[in-house]
Amino acid sequence: MDVMKKVPVREQDPKVRATNFDEVCLGYNKEEAMEEASRCLNCKNAQCVKACPVSIDIPGFISKVKDGDFEEAGYVIGESSSLPAICGRVCPQESQCEGKCIRGIKGEAVSIGKLERFVADYARENGIKPKKCETSNGRKVAVIGSGPAGLTCAGDLAKMGYDVTIFEALHEPGGVLVYGIPEFRLPKEDVVKKEIENVMSLGVKIETNVVIGKSVTIDELMDNEGFEAVFIGSGAGLPRFMGIPGETASGVYSANEYLTRSNLMKAFRDDYDTPINPGKKVAVVGGGNVAMDAARTALRLGADVHIVYRRSEEELPARVEEVHHAKEEGIVFDLLTNPTEILVDENGWVCGMKCIRMELGEPDESGRRSPVEIPGSEFTIDVDTVIMSLGTSPNPLISSTTEGLETNRRKCIVASEEDGKTSKEGVFAGGDAVTGAATVILAMGAGKAAAKGIDEYLRNK
Amino acid sequence: MYKILKAQNLASNIFLMDVEAKRVASAAQPGQFVIVKIDEKGERIPLTICDYDREKGTVTIVVQTIGASTVRMQKLKAGDSFRDFVGPLGKPSEFINEDPDSLKRKKILFVGGGLGTAPVYPQVKWLHEHGIDADVIVGAKTKDLVILEDEMEKVAGNLYITTDDGSYKRKGMVTEVIKDLVEKGNKYDVCVAIGPMIMMKFVCLLTKELGIPTIVSMNPIMVDGTGMCGACRLIVGDEVKFACVDGPEFDGHLVDFDQAMKRQNLYKTEEGRAMLREQEGDTHHGGCGSC
Repeated sequence: MDVMKKVPVREQDPKVRATNFDEVCLGYNKEEAMEEASRCLNCKNAQCVKACPVSIDIPGFISKVKDGDFEEAGYVIGESSSLPAICGRVCPQESQCEGKCIRGIKGEAVSIGKLERFVADYARENGIKPKKCETSNGRKVAVIGSGPAGLTCAGDLAKMGYDVTIFEALHEPGGVLVYGIPEFRLPKEDVVKKEIENVMSLGVKIETNVVIGKSVTIDELMDNEGFEAVFIGSGAGLPRFMGIPGETASGVYSANEYLTRSNLMKAFRDDYDTPINPGKKVAVVGGGNVAMDAARTALRLGADVHIVYRRSEEELPARVEEVHHAKEEGIVFDLLTNPTEILVDENGWVCGMKCIRMELGEPDESGRRSPVEIPGSEFTIDVDTVIMSLGTSPNPLISSTTEGLETNRRKCIVASEEDGKTSKEGVFAGGDAVTGAATVILAMGAGKAAAKGIDEYLRNK
Repeated sequence: MYKILKAQNLASNIFLMDVEAKRVASAAQPGQFVIVKIDEKGERIPLTICDYDREKGTVTIVVQTIGASTVRMQKLKAGDSFRDFVGPLGKPSEFINEDPDSLKRKKILFVGGGLGTAPVYPQVKWLHEHGIDADVIVGAKTKDLVILEDEMEKVAGNLYITTDDGSYKRKGMVTEVIKDLVEKGNKYDVCVAIGPMIMMKFVCLLTKELGIPTIVSMNPIMVDGTGMCGACRLIVGDEVKFACVDGPEFDGHLVDFDQAMKRQNLYKTEEGRAMLREQEGDTHHGGCGSC
């Protein structure tokens, strides 16, 4: 074995997986996991832990894996994270824990993400449940939204003995884990559902089909239903569009709609009623992880797919692994290209997209070189479906119905990074609802910080 | 689970249900809607709220069979349950926040076309309970499709019923009734028109000519109903609006109906196919366009 290199992880063949919705990455087996774990240097001053938004004791759990004590490894992770099977799959490890791994200086970083995934999968397959708090303090806390922020906050509060109820607007709990991230990256039945069941086994209740701000307001929850504190983890669900002509045509989707139809409503399965027009020639506009997810979903539904992105490959905001997987599967990248108009036929359907070539100019406020149009370079691409994946912003349903809750100009709720406190007493917030669209693990970190903040607040109340 | 307490056919393809949904019943206002899902594999169907009883904790919905899920829904009986029932969604009708005195001085005309009679009912009832009697026109294709006549009679000022084929009461379109009423000297400050897109379009063309501000209720394709998917986007004036969170009620004189009707056709074939499969079961062979 070459200690400088990661133990390779088995994946489904690109040609085969391009036609199915099964998980792409197959994960480590016991032997592979123990071998990879032996590469960890068990640093005293572990940089990886500092780079983890929920501060998992990474060398601690890896040393248990090395010894073959997978159950104990699970408990070590469980002290810091309620959703390890999910994080092991969707965290951007390369820019967090693995990005700081000392092994990575001369060779490849330890595969921390794949090891976390292995430990979590082992626990699930062997029926190992997280440890529950024995004594309840009977104090009620409401958590709004059952995505990564809400589940983490609820799980941590339940471990401290609080009586927690999560309110979810959709008919299934999980938030973006269920409606956004596709099956082939994050299996719903085996991974997400089981991990949510683990959180519920800590005593957390989940009430689905409750739209806070519509079905009931935060004030009503606190005044009439006895909740002493509220955590808002309602995410960033509002899709953005470009504002170009033709955008309301049939065949133009937000990535949210396309993914929700396929992931949450299971349109890709024949036994569900949900309709979806997969399209034959699909253009996905945008270059983030959600754009990759939408493109790879369309590909699996049988379409010929192009990603249209206005900057160059270097600036693609998606994870390197996702871009790599998308290319392997046959997705074409039209870089330095920006749509200017969607062409519509006489029945109101998309029949093409006008684009213009771009070049990179001076860096903008994000530090990336800003794209500039090349005059006279317009051309038309032949598409019948356009998926807009330009990012999302927080839904104003809650902020507009909760008096005294401060938001900023981007409609994000203003909350302290340290403890999640908002401008309204007893109300905390975290995750995409505060930061705008970000990652699963950052939302979990915010949920964790808010759980601590809520505990402190209620102890002193 | 949300229990169905009453299920009743109003016409061959229109049915009414009382559903137990405490949170929705206690928060519902005229103008709002719900999303219903029969079971795990059903679609999320947006439906207008026809009535609500805060004490009993029930919500009344009126449904027309248009797709696979609504055909399955009609087969449910009292005692059965829906897996999901979420709401109330959308903004309530604007008049409920208006100053009661100025509202009382207003003359309001409601126009309900076919199934659109159902969402008109709670608005007229709300006004009636606040001491305001509004005129109501109910239009339907034929006698059997006139719904909620007795209920509407109790809460409306004057009720005018018209059928396209003349099989019941007056013959003709709702627009002809509006014209007649105005010609006879009735003055209306506002018109609320809810029904098929094509009806709302023509009512708006007429009321614009007559100078009557008009509100319509849009029911486009939706998935989540909370502003998340953007499937329900409409062009209103020069802006793109989401019917689920910005509406469902809009200034009818600003809505681009032609664009909205094109979008409405988006899933017609798929839904139609799913419905045929549902109705014909194992005997389904051909005719749906996909086999």
